[in-house]
Amino acid sequence: MAETLTQGPSPTPATLLPALGRAGLYGALVVLALVYATPLFVMVITSLKSLEEIRNGNLLSLPLSPNFDAWIKAWSGACVGVACEGVNRFFVNSVMMAVPSVAISCLLGALNGYALTKWKFRGADLVFALILFGCFIPFQIVLVPMASVLGMLGLASSTAGLVLVHVVYGVCFTTLFFRNYYAAFPSELVKAATIDGAGFLRIFWRIMLPNSLPILVVTVIWQFTNIWNDFLFGASFASGTAQPMTVALNNIVNTSTGVKEYNVDMAAAIIAALPTLLVYVLAGRYFVRGLMAGAVKG
Amino acid sequence: MKASLSMKRAETSDGERGATPTGARARRPSLIDRIGDQLPKIVVAPTFLITLVFVYGFIAWTTYLSFTRSTMRPSMVWEGLRPHERLWGNPVWHTALGNLGTYALLYIGLSTLMGMLLAILLDQRIRAEGALRTIYLYPMALSFIVTGTAWKWILNPGLGIEKLMHDFGFQDFQFQWLVDPDMAIYCLVIAGVWQSSGFVMAMFLAALRGIDGEIIKAAQIDGAGLLRIYARIIIPMMRPVFLSSFIILGHLAIKSFDLVVALTGGGPGNATALPATFMYEMTFTRNQVAVGAASAVVMLMTVCAVIVPYLYSELRPKGGAHG
Repeated sequence: MAETLTQGPSPTPATLLPALGRAGLYGALVVLALVYATPLFVMVITSLKSLEEIRNGNLLSLPLSPNFDAWIKAWSGACVGVACEGVNRFFVNSVMMAVPSVAISCLLGALNGYALTKWKFRGADLVFALILFGCFIPFQIVLVPMASVLGMLGLASSTAGLVLVHVVYGVCFTTLFFRNYYAAFPSELVKAATIDGAGFLRIFWRIMLPNSLPILVVTVIWQFTNIWNDFLFGASFASGTAQPMTVALNNIVNTSTGVKEYNVDMAAAIIAALPTLLVYVLAGRYFVRGLMAGAVKG
Repeated sequence: MKASLSMKRAETSDGERGATPTGARARRPSLIDRIGDQLPKIVVAPTFLITLVFVYGFIAWTTYLSFTRSTMRPSMVWEGLRPHERLWGNPVWHTALGNLGTYALLYIGLSTLMGMLLAILLDQRIRAEGALRTIYLYPMALSFIVTGTAWKWILNPGLGIEKLMHDFGFQDFQFQWLVDPDMAIYCLVIAGVWQSSGFVMAMFLAALRGIDGEIIKAAQIDGAGLLRIYARIIIPMMRPVFLSSFIILGHLAIKSFDLVVALTGGGPGNATALPATFMYEMTFTRNQVAVGAASAVVMLMTVCAVIVPYLYSELRPKGGAHG
């Protein structure tokens, strides 16, 4: 479905348009684009101003002497709680949390999707439906038990604990993505390989995985974006030095002590947003496809 | 029963093997063969077990907690319906539910409207469509915490939009929504719609691109104008997209937490408290784990009411009528 996005305009006839006027159309599109782009623009220019300039200017006034002081402070000097060492360690926490979570959940999802479609055992569809339900629960329903279990496992307030949480509640999405992709994958290839004597894992490794690049990219992006942007789990299960980036950002912005440094807030927010924005800019097509795959089941 | 099933399958596969020229010798299925036969199940088992424990088990656990005397820490001492009574007797909970109603209605409605408008505008064979699409959709890549931080600054009562308008010459302009208990909820709506409407646009755009051009040509030949074609033909054909976006946005609205924390902190007072923030506060700062659990159960049931019929219709084998 999402693929059609890239295939150029639909058959909606352009000749209908004189009624509205091409100029009006472009005008509306550009104004709307400005509206959508403004918040990011405001964030960037605010982060390049001094506090003095922020107080004297307004949201849209350009920085007179743009500098990265606020960025440097956000990275290595802003106060998160009592420690004033910037967000760098929390950024690293998020990386250390996201990379293994994404890798493990994607691998599990690929294996599940493969087993659930190409080696359908009795009850496979029921198992899938039961797994799928996990994608939709409001996570408030698992917070307290999860906190208890993490405590029992000795993983409370640790990055390893967050990895566990993100794998557990991410694997339903990865299973969904791979299952739907493999359902459309020709079963003849798998059958032919079985006749040639290839087993379950060999077929997965040699036939399925090499043909899974598109869905792998979609799934990795989806998982990375969700895990990087997570706040609820981070805020509930990690404190102090183990906080992920989103939690640290919120602590910087919503700390009420001292002078409010809007430029540092904005710099920290952009730092928190950069990884997912970068992924979006570099692989927007796959990003959209992931959104659609998550939205439209079949 | 399980064992007999696997034996049966092992026998047939052995039989087949016996028929091939290479493996003529008859033998009992070895342990490795039997494991091999079970491999698909073995591979799915960890995820299945994880789901049983961490989804269904935890749902049962939290539900149980909502009937216990849990205060600061989870306790297993049964207290019956008391926590639920305390939940429904708490005015903040009612405020949170009311706020969710307002927020969800506006967030879903406006996001859908904006998304559809953007999609229709983009679908007119325009130039630079890719660039424009990228701009409309980028907020979706951001964390709600980032979105909340950005809009908190833009809506800042002293230095935000108000100051901007003063500098433009509107000296009397006032904009204090963020600190106004009656208006703060609309700040959430603005930021939420900004973040999510691009996603709705993508869904509508994909659907618009799937429309059969012949239908529209036929309408044109009949002399129907642009607005009429959209109002009478195209938009009614978008019914499934309306449904999907309603489900997804509704689901997002019920779970809304990060945006509230970052933008308003639930305030001023409790003016922007939502069920998700209520649950978090009860559980982690007010030492009322049982009441928090009760509110989580209500949230789960609300989500189920939205999602389960949808999943059911999506997952059941497609009949002829649905193509």
